[in-house]
Amino acid sequence: MKIAKYVSYDILRNRFIALYTLFLLIVTFSMFSLDSDPGKATLSLLNIILLVVPLVSIVFTTIHFYNSYEFIELLLAQPVSRKTIYFAEYFSISIALSTAYIIGVAIPMLFLNLSESSLYLIMAGLLLTFVFVALAFGASVATRDKAKAIGIALLFWFYFTLIYDGLILYVIYSFSDYPLDKVTLALVSLNPIDLARIIILLKLDLSALMGYTGAFYKNFFGSSLGVIYSVLFLFVWTLAPLLLAMRKFVRKDI
Amino acid sequence: MIRIVIFVAVFLFSVCTFASTWVVAKNSSVKSIKSAIELAAKGDTIRIMKGIYKEGNLVIQKSIVVVGIDYPVLDGENKYEIFTIAANDVSIIGLRMINTGVGSINDISAISAIEAKRLRVLNNQFENTFFGIHLANCLGSVVEDNVLHSNAEAEHQIGNGIHAWKCDSITIRNNKVSGHRDGIYFEFVTNSLVERNFSHHNMRYGLHFMFSHNDEYRSNVFQNNGAGVAVMYTKKVKMISNRFQDNWGASSYGLLLKDIGDADIKLNHFAKNTVAVYMEGSSRCHFTQNVFSGNGWAVKMQANCDENVYSKNSFLSNTFDMATNGSLVLNTVDANYWDKYEGYDLDKDRVGDVPYHPVSLYSMVVEKMPSAVMLWRSFLVYMLDRTEKVVPSVTPENLKDIHPAMRNYDYNF
Amino acid sequence: MIIISAVNKRFGKLEVLKSIHAEFNHGKSYAMIGPNGSGKTTLIKCILGMVLPDSGTIQVNGKSIANDWSYRNLIGYMPQIGRYPDQMKIGQIFDMIRDLRQDQSHIDEDLIKEFSLDRMSDKRMHTLSGGTRQKVSASLAFLFNPRIMILDEPTAGLDPIAVEILKEKIIAEKNKDRTFLITSHIMSDLDELTSNVVYLEEGKILFNDTIDLLKEETGEIKLGRAIATIMKRNLKESEKV
Repeated sequence: MKIAKYVSYDILRNRFIALYTLFLLIVTFSMFSLDSDPGKATLSLLNIILLVVPLVSIVFTTIHFYNSYEFIELLLAQPVSRKTIYFAEYFSISIALSTAYIIGVAIPMLFLNLSESSLYLIMAGLLLTFVFVALAFGASVATRDKAKAIGIALLFWFYFTLIYDGLILYVIYSFSDYPLDKVTLALVSLNPIDLARIIILLKLDLSALMGYTGAFYKNFFGSSLGVIYSVLFLFVWTLAPLLLAMRKFVRKDI
Repeated sequence: MIRIVIFVAVFLFSVCTFASTWVVAKNSSVKSIKSAIELAAKGDTIRIMKGIYKEGNLVIQKSIVVVGIDYPVLDGENKYEIFTIAANDVSIIGLRMINTGVGSINDISAISAIEAKRLRVLNNQFENTFFGIHLANCLGSVVEDNVLHSNAEAEHQIGNGIHAWKCDSITIRNNKVSGHRDGIYFEFVTNSLVERNFSHHNMRYGLHFMFSHNDEYRSNVFQNNGAGVAVMYTKKVKMISNRFQDNWGASSYGLLLKDIGDADIKLNHFAKNTVAVYMEGSSRCHFTQNVFSGNGWAVKMQANCDENVYSKNSFLSNTFDMATNGSLVLNTVDANYWDKYEGYDLDKDRVGDVPYHPVSLYSMVVEKMPSAVMLWRSFLVYMLDRTEKVVPSVTPENLKDIHPAMRNYDYNF
Repeated sequence: MIIISAVNKRFGKLEVLKSIHAEFNHGKSYAMIGPNGSGKTTLIKCILGMVLPDSGTIQVNGKSIANDWSYRNLIGYMPQIGRYPDQMKIGQIFDMIRDLRQDQSHIDEDLIKEFSLDRMSDKRMHTLSGGTRQKVSASLAFLFNPRIMILDEPTAGLDPIAVEILKEKIIAEKNKDRTFLITSHIMSDLDELTSNVVYLEEGKILFNDTIDLLKEETGEIKLGRAIATIMKRNLKESEKV
């Protein structure tokens, strides 16, 4: 954790993190000042957060990983285990991006519109940060080529933001004659952005969700079970790529 | 002799004009309600003192007033109908009626009135009754300040709370009904008023009426009923200042209108229903100054509806504002406030300069494929809706609000 | 002391190290020489644990380095190109590495002082020239008085004065019963600094003995010429085959 201290100090001073914070601040404030209705502003903010947070997290992390390649080399020559270095890097980047998010979105929101849905939005954004930093590590460890890794990272983002949902919609459309409630839920769990979205959906659109579901889902969505489920799966989405990439990193030739 | 004749005459006269009072109590000379009813003459009052009375079925065939003191309990022992009333001008006041029998063929009730004019049922408590109050062919009757509660687990095991059939000019006011099949049920009931009732947690509908013309519903609250409120085959109803709330489920509606004509629906608040208003085969219904907030669908209108008007309503944070299964050009939507409206108002007349299309593409997708609601608010759906707004291809182009309000109407109920 | 036995490594189709056997002993300094792509850097990285061999073992002071990291307490490493987190200050880099090392008993700050790095400890890493960064790398390598020193092109990018300071430091430390492993393309430097030569070509060690023996064998006085002779000889042998 000593390393994490120094690495995060470095990242926090990074100009890009400052820009990211500023961008989030501007977006948050402009959403709330343009819209008199705080509920609507929260919704607009949701759209941007679901788009920007994963993108920035995954691209920044990938670039940072390659830029600190020599630094990792330096650390590897020291009496430190690879796992330590790996987790130090992960936590440093996660902390840096989360800090930007907390300053840019969470704190302004607590002042501008303190509501349950705001809290859920803040939580969703933080979890997405953790997930996409982990996914970026997966992309970075997979290849030695920086450009290729950024390509993979962007592909991850594009896939989870757009393509995957398109595929789900196609499945729903193709099998619309069958009861698809459980299938849809299972499919949605395979996409972290969808999971984060559902946390918000459970707050804002519960009435509509109740419309299509059977008794089981009435319990599932109606209670806090739905949120717990989503959060749990987002943790799985963080840990799975993080640990898979770690296994690779430990055996990787630097 | 003449004196005696006069005395008897005066006595008889006084008996006829000044009603007498019978007191039923354990320590009184009249120990049972049944005998009191037998003894009582037209216009008499029976006062039932506190206690538990298990007397099976009580039939009232004369115009009397039955008053409970400190809510005496009339127990039907899960076998009997408690009161059967077949006379005009009967009043039942301040009783607690429990445990009626259950019947799948007979509508066993706590109070069953047949052809009783001007019946008054006031301030009673009903617990675990099959039907609570059952009125058939009752004119000018009043049901007021009663509390009815049952604990049914399935629809077929329970009757309705307040059930009226073929009545005219009745008033249902300030009752609380819960745990029944339908909270308030009207069939062929005309010119009547339903006011300030609270119907909640009933198995099926909070309010259910059919063929009941010219009725008025005011300031009632219908909350958390199995399937909300359903009204059918009726003309000229007025629904004013009611609250339809928390009706959640696949076939649950804040207000379901089926074959309703010339209804006037205003100043109601529809909050957090899966579908706030569902319309089928309905015509000339006017929705004005209602608030739709936090519903899954504010309005679902089937294509067989025509000449309905939605104006000056507020649509706030609903998932979908309107949905339809066809092209809804026969209905009018005008001058409502839509929180999803993104237009502008250059001439500052507080009316948006570009029309609002309340039916979104994705609401039509969800209409066809309900599971697709899980993708709501995803980037993909956002782009689909955006594209549709720019180049409309699926959504009904002519269904639009030409004068969308720029500011919320802020109706306070 | 380092014992390398039967180490193989391939990157994809390319065989980088072909069953390498070698011993590097305390009190000696080794010049690692070979053409580009001969496997020098890979071998160094194997010793440092950055590259994991496909087969074979590497022992440092009698212990296998597989799945172990504590042996790196014994090693000081100066990379070819040292890059550091942009926003960190020189002082912080030193603090951090000192933080990571457990044994703080024999801190050697001579180079820091001689390179005058202590006077610019508030400078951020991204403002530094390549040469200054090399000074930082060199100072870090010597900081903990390690028994084993691995220097990858130590003099590249340094100005003549700094080169002299570094060389003097190496010569001074050489006599303290240490193992030095130095790669360089500047033969005259190696001539001065090392006693032994390890010559690698195409992933094989072709020569591993003292410089004196090499010179004797080839009849050359300078290390550079001696090496060139060996390279030519190899070329002829491979043509014969």
